[in-house]
Amino acid sequence: MQAASSEGARAGAVAERVLRIRELGLVAALALLIVGTAILEPRFIEASSLRNLALNASILAILAVGQTLVIVTRNVDLSTGSVLGLSAFLAGDLLQGHPGMALPLVFLLGIALGAACGLFNGILVTWGQVPALVVTLGTLYAFRGLAFLWTDGRQVNAETLPDPFLNLGSDSIAGVPILVLIAIVIVLIVGQWLRDYRPGRELYAIGSNPEGARLAGLRADRRVLIAFVLAGALSGLGGVLFTARFGTVDATAGVGYELTVIAAAVVGGVAIFGGTGTVYGAALGALLLGTITSSLIVLRVEAFWQQAAIGALLLLAIALDRLLAVRVDARLRRRSARRAN
Amino acid sequence: MQTEAAAPEIAPLATDRGRKWRAVLGRWETLLAGLLVVTAIAGQSISPEFLTTDSFTTGSLDLSEIALMALPLAMVIIAAEIDLSVASVLALSSAVMAYLWSHGQPIEMIIPICVAVGALCGAFNGVLVTRFGLPSLAVTIGTLALFRGLAFVVIGDESVTDFSTAWTDRAFGNFAGTFIPNTMVLFAVLAVAFAVLLHATPFGRSIYAVGANEEAAYFSGLRVKRIKLILFTLSGAVAGLAGGVISLRNSTGAANVGQGFELTVVTAVLLGGISIFGGRGTIAGVILALLLLGGIQKALLLSESISSYWVQIVTGALLVGSVLGPNLARRVADTRRRRSHPLQEVGL
Repeated sequence: MQAASSEGARAGAVAERVLRIRELGLVAALALLIVGTAILEPRFIEASSLRNLALNASILAILAVGQTLVIVTRNVDLSTGSVLGLSAFLAGDLLQGHPGMALPLVFLLGIALGAACGLFNGILVTWGQVPALVVTLGTLYAFRGLAFLWTDGRQVNAETLPDPFLNLGSDSIAGVPILVLIAIVIVLIVGQWLRDYRPGRELYAIGSNPEGARLAGLRADRRVLIAFVLAGALSGLGGVLFTARFGTVDATAGVGYELTVIAAAVVGGVAIFGGTGTVYGAALGALLLGTITSSLIVLRVEAFWQQAAIGALLLLAIALDRLLAVRVDARLRRRSARRAN
Repeated sequence: MQTEAAAPEIAPLATDRGRKWRAVLGRWETLLAGLLVVTAIAGQSISPEFLTTDSFTTGSLDLSEIALMALPLAMVIIAAEIDLSVASVLALSSAVMAYLWSHGQPIEMIIPICVAVGALCGAFNGVLVTRFGLPSLAVTIGTLALFRGLAFVVIGDESVTDFSTAWTDRAFGNFAGTFIPNTMVLFAVLAVAFAVLLHATPFGRSIYAVGANEEAAYFSGLRVKRIKLILFTLSGAVAGLAGGVISLRNSTGAANVGQGFELTVVTAVLLGGISIFGGRGTIAGVILALLLLGGIQKALLLSESISSYWVQIVTGALLVGSVLGPNLARRVADTRRRRSHPLQEVGL
């Protein structure tokens, strides 16, 4: 028993070291990218440009946090962008119709709508036993269809939205944009929850061995459901923030976000096989993808390369994950063989 | 497991003929045929134009590329893999066609190149899945972005619309004076070829074996990786061909064609009774599902009171429903069996 637990701890230590290397690697890549772009185009590191970069990455980071919760349980949520679109339009529509509405209420409703979408996905995945890929591919388009039905060609414009709301998307507290602060708070809260608290740890257990987790008495279905609801709620929050940041919203808000969000999480070390990865890594991944986008724009590389770059990066990340997993596996096996001798 | 093993004993009184009938009625294809009749009646009540040759012509024309791509994707899914990148391969192929045409190449040359480009894309997916051991879901989400991105790199946001009318007429027109579009004839030829490949050759049987139990297939000597690589390549090649078809049919070669097609293709395949878990399904089912899907879409488009945005919602619901339905049916059957034969649960 003791041997087994020390073996487990050792495996954990190796895994943790690999993850830390991954996060360091991300920071290094980020630094390299920023320095490289700055050398070619010094305007890139002006305060306003960096600020823009951080603002763009914030919403992406919040969505990537939610995606991490789902991917860790060996599921996937392709409907993120469509949920964001629904909540973004809800927020805009509410504030346009009732300019005096309390902002916390708007946020609450946007988050609730997102959570409801997440609950719908989660119920189909857990109770309906339909693979998450099928469910969320379906709702990716179904939710978007609902957004089109609902908006009916209408658009929310920035002029019709109250200033306090729009300021949320552009103002700063002590030099740090509010949007960035919100993203940091969420990353820290969810990150610690996933790292140190029992429900969070159980998500990892479910993802690395669903059957084992169930046999060990975990309420796997309920945990997976919670992961989907949280992911939906965070997409909902992202939607409200999207409206605050951009002001102009129609039914196409957030189209294609799901690819960037999944890429951010996976590049950040959240293995698509489930069971590994941290929220911090995913947030770093979001920052890296956001920076790549910004630097491509600054360097006047045609925007067309952007999507190809995201796809290539995603493939590179999963290939790297696979390579690392194989090597860690081999090292652990060698080690336990040595101990057996 | 035990309840399943005991299943044949449940109805010992049923006659042979009764059992045969139940086997036919219990088939997914029968259900689809029934739904098709319901759709026909509902569609006709929505609009008297529904059951006309004209509506078949336009409806099937709209679904041409989906139908083509569904055939090889069905085999990929039977082998328990997935290819979400088909719509992006189609777009890349369309962009390549536009590029080559605007650089003076003849269509006769371009179409084989489109197919080859598609096959290359598919082989790329296949190599990543089989040789690198990566999950096909992740790989094809990545290439979904990559290939679409490459399509934009090839041609940007421009589009080419001046393809030779001889070819666009051919892609848009009907077969020798009938109401059947040429693209549907192409589909029929491919459907027969794929049905034979899947249902009447050793290769086809081995696809089922791989999907039902990959490890068992491997240990019984099947070259699992090569089979999967071939399937991904086929899927890419047909998507490349579909890219040529859609460009000529709409007289538009561009990088943004076929956005969201992956949803409809996967829906057609799963609705056709191909199990997402692999190992089960037929080409006949996929063809019925395509008819059903086309019928429903056409009915929605013909109706004046229903917004066309419902097409997306209904397609999404059909996708989820085609997996959810059998799951629930199985669960109900299991519960009923357990109630009527409580002892079987303890293995007696």
